[in-house]
Amino acid sequence: MLDEALDLNTPTRTENEQRRAAPEETSSTPAFNLDSLGRSRRKLSLEQEESCLDVRNLNLFYSEKQALHDISLMIPKRRVTAFIGPSGCGKSTLLRSMNRMNDLVEGCRVEGEIQLDDQNIYQKGVNVADLRRRIGMVFQKPNPFPKSIYENVAYGLRIQGINKKRVLDEVVEWALRSAALWDEVKDRLHESALGMSGGQQQRLVIARTIAVEPEVLLLDEPASALDPISTLKIEELINKLKSKFTIVIVTHNMQQAARVSDYTAFMYMGKLIEFGDTDTLFTNPQQKQTEDYITGRYG
Amino acid sequence: MNNKISNWYKTGSPWVWLNAGAVAISVILVVGLLSLIAIRGLGHFWPGQILVADYAPPNQESRLIAGEISDTESVSASRLEAAGLPVPKGMETLTRDLLKVGNRDVSGSDFAWVIDLWLENRRYPENIVALERREWGNFYGYLTSIKQNGNIVTEGDAVWPEFQKRLDRALSIYDEIYAIEKHEIGSVNSRLERLRLEQRGLELNETATPQALADIEAQRKVYQAEYKVMEAKLGDLYVAFNRDSLVATTVDGIEIEQSFGKIVRAYKPNAMTLPQKMLFYLDKVAEFITDDPREANTEGGVFPAIFGTVMMVILMSIIVTPFGVIAAVYLREYANQGWLTRTIRVAVNNLAGVPSIVYGVFGLGFFIYFAGSQIDQVFFQEALPAPTFGTPGLLWASITLALLTLPVVIVATEEGLSRIPSSVREGSLALGATKAETLWRVVLPMASPAMMTGLILAVARAAGEVAPLMLVGVVKLAPSLPLDGNYPFLHLDQKFMHLGFHIYDVGFQSPNVEAARPLVYATALLLVVVIAVLNLSAVAIRNHLREKYKSLEA
Repeated sequence: MLDEALDLNTPTRTENEQRRAAPEETSSTPAFNLDSLGRSRRKLSLEQEESCLDVRNLNLFYSEKQALHDISLMIPKRRVTAFIGPSGCGKSTLLRSMNRMNDLVEGCRVEGEIQLDDQNIYQKGVNVADLRRRIGMVFQKPNPFPKSIYENVAYGLRIQGINKKRVLDEVVEWALRSAALWDEVKDRLHESALGMSGGQQQRLVIARTIAVEPEVLLLDEPASALDPISTLKIEELINKLKSKFTIVIVTHNMQQAARVSDYTAFMYMGKLIEFGDTDTLFTNPQQKQTEDYITGRYG
Repeated sequence: MNNKISNWYKTGSPWVWLNAGAVAISVILVVGLLSLIAIRGLGHFWPGQILVADYAPPNQESRLIAGEISDTESVSASRLEAAGLPVPKGMETLTRDLLKVGNRDVSGSDFAWVIDLWLENRRYPENIVALERREWGNFYGYLTSIKQNGNIVTEGDAVWPEFQKRLDRALSIYDEIYAIEKHEIGSVNSRLERLRLEQRGLELNETATPQALADIEAQRKVYQAEYKVMEAKLGDLYVAFNRDSLVATTVDGIEIEQSFGKIVRAYKPNAMTLPQKMLFYLDKVAEFITDDPREANTEGGVFPAIFGTVMMVILMSIIVTPFGVIAAVYLREYANQGWLTRTIRVAVNNLAGVPSIVYGVFGLGFFIYFAGSQIDQVFFQEALPAPTFGTPGLLWASITLALLTLPVVIVATEEGLSRIPSSVREGSLALGATKAETLWRVVLPMASPAMMTGLILAVARAAGEVAPLMLVGVVKLAPSLPLDGNYPFLHLDQKFMHLGFHIYDVGFQSPNVEAARPLVYATALLLVVVIAVLNLSAVAIRNHLREKYKSLEA
């Protein structure tokens, strides 16, 4: 445990230095090719992207019922990928299979592979806890721990055995700043996180997740329980974070997918119907089902 | 009309009235119960007036009697007639009084029933004195003189002030004697006993070298010398203690001589003002709570019983909480939820329904006779044949009660664990925590209020339990507390007193029923208070925890 802590400690510190500059970096990119959310207008193409997660022929069963049918897609590095589709289409299931949260569901069985750094995460002997540290997840409802704001953010680090106050202080501040929460909570870091508003709680959960510096952030409808202003803040945050993290977001809200994502996957009845860059998918869908969905004919 | 009733029925008012009625009846019952034991129990400590009167049943010679009226009841005349009393004609019922006449050494019994009608010439003389004694109960009468070493030193009116001065002296000597006997001699005895066991242990192991034996012998000499010194000191104190004696006469003129050493308290109730009576009352209540029992538990205090009860409940809590919590965590978090788990759960729930005396029998048979004697064989061989843990004691009583209350803790903890929202667990797991880390850092703290609820129920049940304790460690009288200054400080093998058993003992086993009755109520009230205090402190801790970990769903 101690060795592991020390190992993790060193890279964390150096990466920290780089990452702490990250938010400023984003805002300093040239303004002419950005839209209102600071999103790049440059034409995107999947072929040119570096792969982060590679889903290959994934089938997933809840007991006898098949929830995902032969899904294959590549999640590009440092981009925002959105999963859209009607309720029950399997988008959350797909998201949760990416950090093996489905392991907690009794009777859940997975076939196929998901590759992270050329390693199948469903291989035997994979350390699930370590995997989940690398692929963080934010849920639909804010779920802060009944601890102080500070302890919520420091939780992941303490799990790794990092207990030095100086390191924790630094990471907590960096994570809260990255989640655009620092200014609102810096005077009450040691008060209970449960006293915050819903939007603040959700950003705290994001701060808590990025504090352990995962490679991928999985967001499961992160704004669906929030009011419009908090939603906007979360969306701005997603845009800011994508320069450092690969983000996968499940959303019910097509406008949100169109606003925040670079790539969008449309799913229906447990199948991946269409996957491509967001602009093309929304303006010129290749499949009839996609078109029906985004024009509001069902779902 | 019919319509009206059915409409009224539909509004739901009958249900509201029914519910309110049920609640009201429960409240009345609880308040009634508490006030009954409070009035009966607390009245006992009040200094009653001493009545002096001529008791003159018809056709009999009148005689002087004195005493406190402690109870009054009306009896049918025929019953009294059947008992051979000359009841006057034409009366249906008669009032009779229970008079606490004291002077058991003179008259043979403390209490007497007298027919109210035949008490004549009632008066409350101010100079009548009540003496509380360490033996023979109360004395009521007049002081005549004080003797020092058998020679009269004071007589007449000067007796009372002089008496009080000398009584204070005697009482302070008593405190000294008590301190020496209980603490110092107790300590030397305990050290001598340990020395004896050490020597015996060496002999049993056949490692007794002459050197070691000589060391022990030398040490024993030191202790024995210490003991001799104290014994001499005690002897002197006893001589001083028994220096004075008191001559007093009862109302009917019998003279007694009473050593000062046997007097606890003296007062003139008929001459006392209200504030004086109140002070006296508080003093008596304090004595009841802080003192050792006297006279077969019918006088003095119940402190060892309070201490034993609290001690046992605390030990029980320390044992049952980790056990119950660990079992519940396994059942809820790790075990496969199959038929086996279901069977275990049913078994645990049924354990809660087993009569408590059965646990007592189990504790005696398994813990004491089996486990205890094994422990003695292995660890306390030098003390054999005298058993150390192979006999009822505090440890076994606590473990037996822990077993008895285990289901409650398990059920409450499981309930609490199942109520932790899965979103919080997932949040922790998604940060790279393992299941065990999630349990320790998030789930268990959040379930701690539920564990406290289980503990509160356990304490409420354990503190009131008497039947199993009679088999596994509680005794009628154990003035030496299980926690003291002698090594090993906490004496888990000792027998102890318990308020619940004390009630039973005083109520059913006392040689002096009339004297014991008010104490039954007073002890019952105290037991209720002790349980309430234990529970309220647990509730306070739980509320604190609840505030800290209040559920996210709320």
